[in-house]
Amino acid sequence: MKFGVVIFPGSNCDQDAYYAVKTLGKDVDYIWHASTDVSGFDCIILPGGFSYGDYLRTGAVAKFSPVMNAIKDFAAKGGRVIGICNGFQILCESGLLPGALISNTGLRFICKHVNLRVENDTSDFTNLCKKGDVLSIPIAHHGGNYYADDDTLKSLEDNGQVLFRYCDDKGNVTDEANPNGSRNNIAGILNAAGNVAGMMPHPERAMEKILTDDDGKIIFESIINRLS
Amino acid sequence: MAKVNVYITLKPALLDAQGKVMQGALDNLGFEGIENVRIGKFIEIEMAESADIEASVEDMCKKLFANPNTENYRFEIIKK
Repeated sequence: MKFGVVIFPGSNCDQDAYYAVKTLGKDVDYIWHASTDVSGFDCIILPGGFSYGDYLRTGAVAKFSPVMNAIKDFAAKGGRVIGICNGFQILCESGLLPGALISNTGLRFICKHVNLRVENDTSDFTNLCKKGDVLSIPIAHHGGNYYADDDTLKSLEDNGQVLFRYCDDKGNVTDEANPNGSRNNIAGILNAAGNVAGMMPHPERAMEKILTDDDGKIIFESIINRLS
Repeated sequence: MAKVNVYITLKPALLDAQGKVMQGALDNLGFEGIENVRIGKFIEIEMAESADIEASVEDMCKKLFANPNTENYRFEIIKK
């Protein structure tokens, strides 16, 4: 199987994402945002960063990059897509995922490790986890406050589309453990079809114990497990 | 030429953290009776006049300027 990592102008976690799947022994290539062809890939990663300087809103301009049309077709045919941080924001802006990401309630850029409780252990992106597992993965964002209206939120919850929630180190989902004001402590979600995921934390920055944590590996390993 | 003023506002259901901070600052400055402050975006466009200018600006707001999940928009067209 082969991963693709999209580079938008202003992406800055593309090399980390590339390195993450490469270290797991998988084939991977970069995809420039002007590309209109994503054939040959099995899973596409939209990496973190500040595409187009976050002008207007995060992801508001990146959604018009030529590659996004190709990715929409790819996703419509069941192709796996995961957006991390800015990639999550772009997926919401482009309508591939429901809801939106707005400024953190504290109005500060937050860069730290957080605990995530796994809520769905059967998805293409979390199938090697167990429900209730607590993963320690870093966040680094200013606009990670997940918002969806009541109806959308209810359907996400009812359909098991919530992948991760911010929690304490014991797995308790509390207001104190919510770093950015996200509704229902949501840190990552899935689309209704189950092939598109978005998450604000950076699993590609938690791949090696020597660099503090390797809890992010299980997400890429889950994708590989499902697609191999 | 026409001048278009576009106003983007956060939907009422959303917490406007910036607005809350401004409200606190106004309180600190001694302004009384402030019940709510909300901050939005203001966009000025200069463009050629045309019969479908209204539909065109509407389209711009929907596709680019406002996120329908979180924001409302309104605009005024001033013909010169």
